[in-house]
Amino acid sequence: MAVQKLPLAKALNESLRKALETDPKVVVMGLDVGKLGGVFRITDGLQKDFGEDRVIDTPLAESGIVGTAIGLALRGYRPVVEIQFDGFVFPAYDQIVTQLAKMRARSLGTVKMPVVIRIPYGGGIGAVEHHSESPESLFAHVAGLKVVTPANSSDAYWMLQQAIQSDDPVIFFEPKRRYWDKGELDTEAIPGELHKARVAREGTDLTLVAYGPMVKTCLEAAAAAAEEGKSVEVVDLRSISPLDFDTIQTSVEKTGRLVVVHEAPVFFGSGAEIAARITERCFYHLEAPVLRVGGYHAPYPPARLEEEYLPGLDRVLDAVDRSLAY
Amino acid sequence: MTVESTAARKTTRRSSGAKRTTGASAGAKKADQAPAGEPELVQLLTPEGERVQHPDYDIDLSAEELRGLYRDMVLTRRFDAEATALQRQGELGLWASLLGQEAAQIGSGRALRDDDYVFPTYREHGVAWCRGVDPTNLLGMFRGVNNGGWDPNSNNFHLYTIVLGSQTLHATGYAMGIAKDGADSAVLAYFGDGASSQGDVNESFVFSAVYNAPVVFFCQNNQWAISEPIEKQTRVPLYQRARGFGFPGVRVDGNDVLACLAVTRSALERARRGEGPTLIEAFTYRMAAHTTSDDPTRYRRDAEREAWEAKDPILRLRAYMENEGHADAAFFEELEAESEALGKHVREVVRAMPVPEHMAMFDHTYADGHALVDEERAQFAAYQASFADGEAE
Ligand SMILES: Cc1ncc(C[n+]2csc(CCOP(=O)(O)OP(=O)(O)O)c2C)c(N)n1
Repeated sequence: MAVQKLPLAKALNESLRKALETDPKVVVMGLDVGKLGGVFRITDGLQKDFGEDRVIDTPLAESGIVGTAIGLALRGYRPVVEIQFDGFVFPAYDQIVTQLAKMRARSLGTVKMPVVIRIPYGGGIGAVEHHSESPESLFAHVAGLKVVTPANSSDAYWMLQQAIQSDDPVIFFEPKRRYWDKGELDTEAIPGELHKARVAREGTDLTLVAYGPMVKTCLEAAAAAAEEGKSVEVVDLRSISPLDFDTIQTSVEKTGRLVVVHEAPVFFGSGAEIAARITERCFYHLEAPVLRVGGYHAPYPPARLEEEYLPGLDRVLDAVDRSLAY
Repeated sequence: MTVESTAARKTTRRSSGAKRTTGASAGAKKADQAPAGEPELVQLLTPEGERVQHPDYDIDLSAEELRGLYRDMVLTRRFDAEATALQRQGELGLWASLLGQEAAQIGSGRALRDDDYVFPTYREHGVAWCRGVDPTNLLGMFRGVNNGGWDPNSNNFHLYTIVLGSQTLHATGYAMGIAKDGADSAVLAYFGDGASSQGDVNESFVFSAVYNAPVVFFCQNNQWAISEPIEKQTRVPLYQRARGFGFPGVRVDGNDVLACLAVTRSALERARRGEGPTLIEAFTYRMAAHTTSDDPTRYRRDAEREAWEAKDPILRLRAYMENEGHADAAFFEELEAESEALGKHVREVVRAMPVPEHMAMFDHTYADGHALVDEERAQFAAYQASFADGEAE
């Protein structure tokens, strides 16, 4: 059956399975991806079915994992790397930023870098430190990398397929607190473009832009606002680099108001880039300044405080009210 | 049980599951065929509790000292069991158990002098105990009320470090500082077999050798890094790596508290004498799951655990003490009572641990203050106050 309802995590698992089946050059690698199936079970059963040469348990060294993935890519493989948690990508950051991102340009376009780096990211699961961070803008800032993040099962499946097929390195952020959310997946559909944003809910009074874990929160906020008679449109970015400003522009030209929501700290975050560009593009359509809702300029707090730190329904609605008050 | 039988058992486990045909598997084969080269462990107490001699690491402990080590191990295990139970009851978000590693931690921890400094990873509850850290302090981060939560300088015990291997460089730098100061303290840095693969650990080996830093690296090889067996980290016994970096390495029976004490004491003394770093590999076993979130049934067999249970560090010392008449029944009874009391104390303290003030998340981001933090703190306070007003209405 082509259409099924399944959790986001399972959609990723199906996607990896499909990629391994379709292209013998695809390899999956990372910590605990074999017998354990990864700490979130995204690679569950893959080593059993595809063997240790295709689903590779690596030594505990992230720089090593990404560095060797680069070498494998140079040799014609398409590595899909799993980083266990957001906070553990930094030992590999050097390889990603100084090598992976620049290899194509340095070789005058002769070398392809079809490497996908999957990173479960974001908070809300009550974890200890380094397990809840949102470092997407640190990667979006780097030319040569593509940065995407699905918000539902269908996108999880299709965007991962597309990322693996891309000849550019893709940082694939997975909203870990949405892993267990069920959604529809049609494995025979014709997927949308990888880097195109999606209007997740239509509205006329205000635009909410979000991605990854915050899409669900914004959809809930829009539903709550509707009960108060406010019509809120929600745009799911899907891709952070490149970023589909056209879809946001179209929406803002209709609604006149924009609030950007993400878990990452607001300061120098992706919301800043969106606010600046949309102000440039839509200055005469805007009825209010672009507002941002996100994390604070403080280390991600201990679990018992994360609900205060993370943007929830109330903080999004508060920003909606402030925007509408202009 | 000897090292050889451990190696033989592992070989069986690996070869029974192996059906690979690549070059890598040829390498694996070679490593498997090397048990003849499997190194000796320093051991002073056999699993049956018999005292054996070692030419380089002899140690002479009084009955009182032996009882002290035993008490440390029992109370540490009790604390650990209590924390595991508290996690199951929802009082802690996560717990990383040290079950089975008590001898490695108490033996090495009791080798320290007060002015020495410890850099732990996240499982060194027994070492913290030796440093006099209030054990309930260790629970704050697992309960989710802080991200560390103690002043490292009050007991010369650094904060737990979750990013694997990072602290070995801090330890090395700290040791370089000690040497610059002309002091004769030493540093003890802990890490796991998995972490030994990290660049940071290898860089700390380079730095400590080059600067002759007074640091002792204490690797608890508990055979597993979550689901990855030691074979996925190395093809040579870990302690042998040290030689390539230019300092000595030694493997010790990590379930033998006397041997761990003797070997660590000797390495710390060497560091104090200005002779530089040592790598100690404590050969031990993680009896529990990696953490309370882990499911070891997916990747390892019960038989393996059973084999290691026979080498239990606490039972072995008890057998020795009983055989030699170093402790009487009253000692064990009193300890049991003390252990109960510790469990109760830990339970009470944890349940009473308050959730921090919401504003606390802005605290301590900078020493000097920061305009943006001040602005966001004020906005947050106003936002919180708006709810309070709403409730008052
Ligand atoms: C840089 C980094 N990558 C991944 C992790 C996730 N992780 C936490 S513990 C662990 C296994 C560690 O094994 P080992 O070093 O042998 O120590 P043990 O937990 O067995 O004591 C992993 C992979 C991490 N904490 N840090």
